[in-house]
Amino acid sequence: MSVMKKILSTVAVAAAFTGTAAQAEDMRIALVVKALGIGFFEAAAQGAEEAAAELGDVEVIYTGPTDTTAEGQIEVINSLIAQGVDAIAISANDPDAVAPALARAMQRGITVISWDSGVAPEGRQMHLNPSSNPLIGNMIIKLAADHLPDGGEVAVLSASATATNQNIWIDEMNKVMGNYPGIEVVATVYGDDLADKSYREAQGLMQSYPDLDAIIAPTSVGIVAAAQAVADAGKAGEINVTGLGLPSEMAGAIESGASKSFAIWNPIDLGYSATMIAHALATGEATAEPGASIPMGRMGEVTLDDTNSGAMADPFVYDASNIADFVDIF
Amino acid sequence: MNILKSREMILTAAIVVLLGLVATRFPAFIAPSNLVAVFNDTSPLILLAIGQMIVILTKCIDLSVAANLALTGMVCAMINVAAPGVPVVVIIAVAIGLGAVLGAFNGVLVWKLDIPPIVVTLGTMTIYRGIIFLISDGKWVNSHEMSPAFKAFPRAEFLGLPMLSWIAILMTVIFFTIITRTTLGRSFYAVGGNPHAAVYTGINVGKSQFWAFTFSGALAGLVGYLWVSRYAVAYVDIALGFELDVVAACVIGGIAISGGIGSIGGAVLGALFLGVIKNALPVVNISPFWQMAISGSAIIIAIAVNTRAGRTKGRIILKKAEATQ
Repeated sequence: MSVMKKILSTVAVAAAFTGTAAQAEDMRIALVVKALGIGFFEAAAQGAEEAAAELGDVEVIYTGPTDTTAEGQIEVINSLIAQGVDAIAISANDPDAVAPALARAMQRGITVISWDSGVAPEGRQMHLNPSSNPLIGNMIIKLAADHLPDGGEVAVLSASATATNQNIWIDEMNKVMGNYPGIEVVATVYGDDLADKSYREAQGLMQSYPDLDAIIAPTSVGIVAAAQAVADAGKAGEINVTGLGLPSEMAGAIESGASKSFAIWNPIDLGYSATMIAHALATGEATAEPGASIPMGRMGEVTLDDTNSGAMADPFVYDASNIADFVDIF
Repeated sequence: MNILKSREMILTAAIVVLLGLVATRFPAFIAPSNLVAVFNDTSPLILLAIGQMIVILTKCIDLSVAANLALTGMVCAMINVAAPGVPVVVIIAVAIGLGAVLGAFNGVLVWKLDIPPIVVTLGTMTIYRGIIFLISDGKWVNSHEMSPAFKAFPRAEFLGLPMLSWIAILMTVIFFTIITRTTLGRSFYAVGGNPHAAVYTGINVGKSQFWAFTFSGALAGLVGYLWVSRYAVAYVDIALGFELDVVAACVIGGIAISGGIGSIGGAVLGALFLGVIKNALPVVNISPFWQMAISGSAIIIAIAVNTRAGRTKGRIILKKAEATQ
């Protein structure tokens, strides 16, 4: 595996060099990932290539260390500075450790943005989040409501009662409940991100609320366990398990019908948007400053907040029609 | 014998009272179909508690059961993905075999190197979890990758009970026989009750402990397959912290942590007591912030009642000696 990764990174670097010689006038955007060989990032690179093809004069250098370390990324960044690339878009292994190397890159006039996993503000011009808490909160209730045109009872299966991100998403969901008339959240239970406890909690929900129409689980362990509990109870199709999950983990639940759809960020869109933003900043079409709007091609535009970070889009919805394309990616 | 019986009677009564309390808030809980579901859900805990009980009898403790379960489960899942045609019987044999090897490894360290069991199993607990990470690369094995037969076995019903429950019943009977009817079974009591006396009667203390760990490991391995196929997912953290539930079930069941005292019936009832609590909490509509406190209090009350019941007892060296007292 590691040999394979080394070969891959060598090829990537070699490709970078030959690319330079052939088309010197092309803008070179480096997509630096946490580690090579991870499906999620391979998909992001695919999106970056799509953006490059759309822009025309852009060459994407997909690179990263062979393991997920900050040291490895710093080496990669230094070599990119030496090559004189025009822009670096990084998903960082450590927000602080890579910041000095990136600050040096910016001093040399290289555009630096972070995406997916952010870098401290002094080490980048802007950060692209895959989504935002309000968008996620809205999406999880929308996923349930879309399949309940006449309203119905839904329950939330969260991770632990003290999980910050889960609680924020549930709060954001409750704020927009007014937009979904007829949908009633009857209970919020906690599976502690343990398969057995989540499974029992889902069973408990089905017993306590015989008219339950949907279970929303914004956690990857919980959504899988709840879908299994619903399928085992013979209620697949009757109770829709939805929320946030990964396509590879949820493929079985979609197949059994226990889950009609679920959401998570789309890595292809993420790589595409990061490349579009890097291009816009490097060409001077846009500047990264609080309140600025930066175009992202087919993904619309991103608006930056006070910390120069912005959210790309709603989480991407996966269902029976598209899950096959993503099941092997992440 | 009478005292042991009454201990189990008290626990049975406690479970009935608990069921009654739950029924006042959620009557459907005591419907026969739901009680079957509760028993089925508790089956993995029963199996692990039986293994743990044998280890505790010999004055040891096995904290690696949950990690053993997770590792064996991951190996079973990976075998199934690599060769979906392998019959479930073979998978179960591999699970029991691998679990036994992992348990025997604990046993050898305790027996031959004389390392305290809590240290050995704390170490192997981390080692086994680490090995899962190494072999799986931290990735999940998901339900769509497993073959239908692999997932169907624990759910298959026979005379109204799922196979998972039948396995728990079968193992309870087998281990009841081993513990009460074989020399090895009796030696577990002797070793834990009074190791020095056991040596004088010709029992190899270390070897008995080795077999206790091997049994515990074999059961953990068996549960590994059942767990992974029941929840249709295998990853590094499955059953994280479950060893504490297993030890708690044993303690509730009246198995003395100091060794030598306990019965299979106690372990099974202790597991059922915990299982009823775990299954009742989601339906009785109590704030999750209270749930942990309630579940903890129930354990302490059960143990307090149990120790009071057993207070007048002395140490048992051999069950025969106790009968003549």
